[in-house]
Amino acid sequence: MHYLIRRSLHAVFLLFGVSILTFLFSALTPGNYFDEMRLNPQISPETVAALRAQSQLDRPLPVRYVHWLSAVAHGELGFSFAYNSPVGPLLWARARNTLLLTITATLLAWLLALPLGIWSASQFGRAPDRVLSWATATLLVIPDLVLALGLLILAVRTGWFPTGGMISVGFESLSPLDKLRDLASHMVLPVLALVLSALPMLVRHVRASVAEVLEAPFLRAALGHGIPRRTLLYRYALRTAANPLISLFGFSVGTLLSGSLLVEVIMSWPGLGPLLLEAILARDLYVVIGCVLLSMLFLVAGNLFADVLLYWADPRIRTEASAK
Amino acid sequence: MTPILEVHSLHVAYFDRQGKLCPALAGVNLDLAPGEILGVLGESGSGKSTLAASLLRLLPSNGIVQKGRVLFEGANLLEASPQYLRKIRGGRVGLILQEPSLALHPALQVGQQVSGVLAAHESFDRRTLREKTLQLLASVFTHEVERISRSYPHQLSGGQRQRVLIAQAIACRPSLVVADEPTASLDPSTQLEILELFRTLTRSLGIALILITHNPALLFGFADRILVLYAGRVAEIGPTANVLASPQHPYTRALLRCLPTPLSGERSEHKVRLHVIAGDPPDLSLHARGCRFEPRCADRMEICKGDEPSSAAVGEQHNVACFKFAS
Amino acid sequence: MHPLLKVEDLVKQYPAGRSAGSKVKLLALDAVSLSIAQQTTLALVGESGSGKSTLALCFACLEQPTSGSIFFEGVDVAALPESELRSVRPQVQLVFQDPAASLNPRWTTFEILSEPLFLQRSLAKQNRNNTVSQLLDRVALPRNLTSRRPGELSGGQKQRLAIARALALEPKMIILDEALSALDCSVQAQILNLLLDLQSSLGLTYLFITHDFSMAAQIADQIAVMDRGRIVESGTVHKILSSPTHESTRTLLAATPRFPTSPPSQVNP
Repeated sequence: MHYLIRRSLHAVFLLFGVSILTFLFSALTPGNYFDEMRLNPQISPETVAALRAQSQLDRPLPVRYVHWLSAVAHGELGFSFAYNSPVGPLLWARARNTLLLTITATLLAWLLALPLGIWSASQFGRAPDRVLSWATATLLVIPDLVLALGLLILAVRTGWFPTGGMISVGFESLSPLDKLRDLASHMVLPVLALVLSALPMLVRHVRASVAEVLEAPFLRAALGHGIPRRTLLYRYALRTAANPLISLFGFSVGTLLSGSLLVEVIMSWPGLGPLLLEAILARDLYVVIGCVLLSMLFLVAGNLFADVLLYWADPRIRTEASAK
Repeated sequence: MTPILEVHSLHVAYFDRQGKLCPALAGVNLDLAPGEILGVLGESGSGKSTLAASLLRLLPSNGIVQKGRVLFEGANLLEASPQYLRKIRGGRVGLILQEPSLALHPALQVGQQVSGVLAAHESFDRRTLREKTLQLLASVFTHEVERISRSYPHQLSGGQRQRVLIAQAIACRPSLVVADEPTASLDPSTQLEILELFRTLTRSLGIALILITHNPALLFGFADRILVLYAGRVAEIGPTANVLASPQHPYTRALLRCLPTPLSGERSEHKVRLHVIAGDPPDLSLHARGCRFEPRCADRMEICKGDEPSSAAVGEQHNVACFKFAS
Repeated sequence: MHPLLKVEDLVKQYPAGRSAGSKVKLLALDAVSLSIAQQTTLALVGESGSGKSTLALCFACLEQPTSGSIFFEGVDVAALPESELRSVRPQVQLVFQDPAASLNPRWTTFEILSEPLFLQRSLAKQNRNNTVSQLLDRVALPRNLTSRRPGELSGGQKQRLAIARALALEPKMIILDEALSALDCSVQAQILNLLLDLQSSLGLTYLFITHDFSMAAQIADQIAVMDRGRIVESGTVHKILSSPTHESTRTLLAATPRFPTSPPSQVNP
């Protein structure tokens, strides 16, 4: 277990580092939330100064950081100027929606990428493999933004799927089954956009790792033992190709998360994306920090999950870890 | 007795990086009786591993069988359907490839890998499969069978891994096992143990064995017959005692003279230069006429430059491809 | 004769891998003492894991022994600081079993051979060309190989190249760690002859590490048998072969593949 504890500690340090950096960068950006109030003749300079003092924006950076840390320890994440409420609860609701999108997209992307990549590798160099390679290459060069907008246009033209939001009007009055169906239909478009943006990279990686493994002597030996093709590909080959792919899994969580922030804004999904955008525009400091940190937390959690998988998948890491 | 394996005029070639065909085997003939042990002796580049791989059509993707027939238990494996081939591989013919450290899956317990072979050819319920696996491992390990079954390859020694490979090869009671350099990376005493294990298992189960090696000393007192490969051709084939004690082909003679002097306490001289075979092994990608050994041969004649010798009998079951013996 | 290399009570411990806490130490070398006279060959015979390679690394000053001394030309190199080891190391060179693993696959033969020269002293380009050619001649490799990479060489040629590289720094001693084990019989014979020739022409001292008694008997003056980190028996080739006293020597001798008693060279066709 040493290995996992080490990885977890590592993750905690990483989060600390990120929070410090975010604070530093936020201090470097010109202006703050209250600057615009100052332009408003209806608000007296004294009020602005009082508000500033109340939110501690006039204190030096290290003091603010320590103050913020103690707030985190209490389960809060500072105070939102724009929403005039603690950041914590505000974030949690949005984070839940982002997670819903990201996790669904990650699972779906991998469920598609694994069989496609393995199949492509087993056909290495032949026509089906080349067609698939060509298709993934094409998808790869289309920017995410264009992809999402394209899907949006398609949805608007055909009217097959809702083009924005997470639930329909009158969601509350629906039966549980219909609620689920409504949510699912709203998810189709953003999830599709995310999956299409991540899929080509994943397929190509799976194909490359599996194709490399297929040349390994022990797979030739397994072939020589008459191991059936499916077992050979999914049990023997994938198992070996798994290490780089598991690391890629952690990485893919990051890409999908950042992709999700963009897609949410375009498709008006009430996740962290739109919140972050608004907060940045309004210089709502603690909301920005909270969003960044939360995204980071998801990313780190994704990688930690990958580490756990790696630990489980590779007996050599296990023995090495127990030896330490 | 009818042979279980007959190879007729096998030609195998590889595409090199420029897409040019390089021959690796050119007209190999051999036959094998049930339960017989055939030693295939050859140096690197002789085509001995290609021979092992092409019998079960396991050549790497750049290799092709150009012509020939591999008759195993009556069916030509070179024309067999993938389904039939899969049943033969591991089912009727066990295979042991080079390098025990590379031939096992690094992330699966060895017990799982042995049961994988069993399950590939017959359907057992979980319990029977487990029992059969442990029985198999018990036939190659004397103790700690349970622990070894749960071990991963990297936790085992080279000799132990080789034993697992043997268990895999004999799992489905095949009638033939093909072993490519099974002892090359092992210590001498382990080497001896593994050879002994091969002998007892093949004898008790009536399995024929093709043992491929570069080391003539391994075959002495072990193989029934020896086939000497040089440059993808059978130079000499015959009973072990005859081939090793009175080799007839100039290459076999030269090769055996390269070996260090046999160990004995009486030897007075040491630090003596060994005999060598002049020149280098031929480059098979270049087309050449005549006998492939001619440039290095001590007994070369005029005819050797122009034609390739065909196989001629020099004794009981003893054939040599050399013009010295052509009638 | 004055010994070139002499070790006394050499001990090397490694922290054991498996058990946590690592209080158990793995004893790789257990009070090893031996000496090698100048221009002779000592064959170190033992099974894998007997400590042969650890000893070789200590000799080459690549591993620091836990205790004991290593006298190279009378100087205890085990006690020398790292800065002074740098002048000792070139005098002892290593050649390994797998030449492919010790030769950089991306370098040409010329680069492989000129690199040690380059590191050691600044040589004019012309001189370097000459030295590389000389090295190739010494190991009987054709001079036109200079632009080839290891991947384009045969197993025997690679091992010759590895020997040539070891010779580049004009060492006094070469440690051959299973240097013949991976080669074909006919190539083994060629390399063994090459080693014998180089020894007499350059006055080299060899430590020949092997698990093959017949090769050891062919090349060595002295044989030392190693088992579980100890030298269990040592003496002249004749003595070890005619009257082996230790159990593990006998086991090793028995395991050496035997061959027909009548050498094939004496049989007429």
